[in-house]
Amino acid sequence: MAVIDPANHGLRLATRYTVLILIAAIFVLPLLFMVMSSLKPTEQLLNDTSSLRAFLPVGDISLQNYYDAFDRAPIGLFVFNSLLVTVVTVSLSLLLCSLAAFSFTFLKWRGKGLILSITLATLIIPFETIAIPLLLLVSKLPWIGLEGFRIGWLNSYHVQIVPWIADALTIFLFVQYFKDLPEELVEAARVAGASWWQVYLRVVMPLSGPVIATGAILKSLKMYNEQYLWPLIVVQQESYRPIMVGLGYFFQLQVAWGEVMAYLSLITVPVLVFYLMLQRAFIASIASTGVKG
Amino acid sequence: MADVALKDLRKSFGDVEVIKGVDIDIQDGEFVVFVGPSGCGKSTLLRMIAGLEDITAGTLEIDGQVVNEVQPKDRGIAMVFQTYAIFPHMTVRENVAFGLTIAGMPKAEKDAKVLEAARILQMEHLLDRRPSQLSGGQRQRVAIGRAIVRDPTVFLFDEPLSNLDAALRMDMRMEIGKLHNQLTATMVYVTHDQVEAMTLADKIVVLEDGQVRQIGTPMDLYHHPANLFVAGFIGSPSMNFLDVTVDAKHDGTVTVSNPSLDPIEVTPTDSVAPGARAKLGIRPQYLTPSADPTKGKLHGTIELTERLGTETIVDVAMADGTKVIAALSEDAIFEIGAEVSLTFDPAKTHLFAAP
Ligand SMILES: Nc1ncnc2c1ncn2[C@@H]1O[C@H](COP(=O)(O)OP(=O)(O)OP(=O)(O)O)[C@@H](O)[C@H]1O
Ligand SMILES: [Mg+2]
Repeated sequence: MAVIDPANHGLRLATRYTVLILIAAIFVLPLLFMVMSSLKPTEQLLNDTSSLRAFLPVGDISLQNYYDAFDRAPIGLFVFNSLLVTVVTVSLSLLLCSLAAFSFTFLKWRGKGLILSITLATLIIPFETIAIPLLLLVSKLPWIGLEGFRIGWLNSYHVQIVPWIADALTIFLFVQYFKDLPEELVEAARVAGASWWQVYLRVVMPLSGPVIATGAILKSLKMYNEQYLWPLIVVQQESYRPIMVGLGYFFQLQVAWGEVMAYLSLITVPVLVFYLMLQRAFIASIASTGVKG
Repeated sequence: MADVALKDLRKSFGDVEVIKGVDIDIQDGEFVVFVGPSGCGKSTLLRMIAGLEDITAGTLEIDGQVVNEVQPKDRGIAMVFQTYAIFPHMTVRENVAFGLTIAGMPKAEKDAKVLEAARILQMEHLLDRRPSQLSGGQRQRVAIGRAIVRDPTVFLFDEPLSNLDAALRMDMRMEIGKLHNQLTATMVYVTHDQVEAMTLADKIVVLEDGQVRQIGTPMDLYHHPANLFVAGFIGSPSMNFLDVTVDAKHDGTVTVSNPSLDPIEVTPTDSVAPGARAKLGIRPQYLTPSADPTKGKLHGTIELTERLGTETIVDVAMADGTKVIAALSEDAIFEIGAEVSLTFDPAKTHLFAAP
């Protein structure tokens, strides 16, 4: 073992922290810019972008942009819509994709390898290429909901949810994780009398905290932050509109940048809360699984 | 409690046949041990009984019912794995109760059963611990506890003790023996360990390359091995084999000899013709140094001695280069390089046709 030179050690620490701070800054500064800008009138905001003032609460600071943003768009409704679509989609997706992955990993059936390959191959198909066929499809599908039977899914929550439930990436995450679970645990459960359902519910899922957290984070961010094109073409009614489509309200004729920043700051809050919540669950679940030999 | 019958059981992984037609009858309440070299298919056979591997051909009956297509959960079996396989997210109590919980047993009854199992395995004080807070031996107890609460008709063990250290292994071996007496359940046990096989088994099944080589009581296999493989596999240190020539055939016996062995008359296990080459097996324990060096049957030079306390293991090189191992009494002292002459009782040898 080499002897640790204290001076060298200090230098290494300093370098490490400098790198970490730089990386943190890359992620924090845009957020800071967004929040600071939301407090400034559009004109000052645009002028400040040429200097470090862009990151500081200086000049004419007020919450006016927030009042104006609320006047312009039903922000609460949009956030609610996005949250609803996100929560329902993510929950169903985790359930369905983990079940699919369970079947791919633990059950034996003919053609399993082929179907898994085809499923994973869909990862490389960009959504834009299937958007129009999918639109034609959903516009003709029947649905029985609270309002009774109707043909066509357009202008609804379910049209924003159902096509997004099954997804190859989430299945892939679960398959990878399940493969690494000790196989004997599943076998032990089976010889102790468990049905496949019970193996899934009582052994595999309780040990899958980390992958559930990862899947939930990835999928939620996608559903909340990135749903733009699809809702834009399938939802015309304001009452079902999600946040990203709502952003369009601020880009009419003249862009009200201050309001845009206020809007963005508002819709970021749920993401931060969610992330901080899951981060703890994430760490806790890693700590509690600790499968030791 | 149940009989288990394996009838011409076969298993292939892809094109590779690993179990090649196995017939075994296991009586109700019997303790059967599968032994054999690594890769011979012991675990595969056990997993086929458990229902964890599909049966490619043949039939498996438990309690008179063909169970080839029956799910593990419906076979009335319980299995203990080499790696323990206890659930890390549950306490010991929850682990032991697992089979009962999923069967929906009422809490009071379940608690009573768990306590009973914990008492039998002397682990009442561990019930509220997490698996990560247990030693290897304690974990294996939990795994056994999880098996016994279900009152299975057949217990399956796949090398349950091989991850434990020697002292613990001996304790647990005795516990499993006691358990078998207490529960009078049918048990099928896979092991590498000769001592486990000899001490626990009512019946040992020796497997080689997916086939049964011999089935019998431990003493049967030890004293009357049916073939060269079993003779060499059972017993420690392994049986010595001398290349001999059959000199003459008599009524039921033959005379054999080789350059370092004076002619002796033995009863052959395989039929051999005069003039043929054969293998003469002698257990190291049955060799003794002869008091008069000129009167012994085997003559050689001592190459190595190992004093184990209860006995001394001596490697002797014969004139023709073959090595013979003798297990001698503890107080025999030999110099390396010294000439010895060993003697033995021809009635305790085994003669097999040369392969
Ligand atoms: N899932 C599998 N796929 C392909 N081959 C397998 C599989 N499982 C086992 N085998 C093969 O079957 C043969 C028997 O394996 P098995 O595990 O039953 O041996 P074993 O007697 O238990 O050996 P050990 O004493 O080392 O545990 C081996 O050659 C092994 O490579
Ligand atoms: Mg094995």
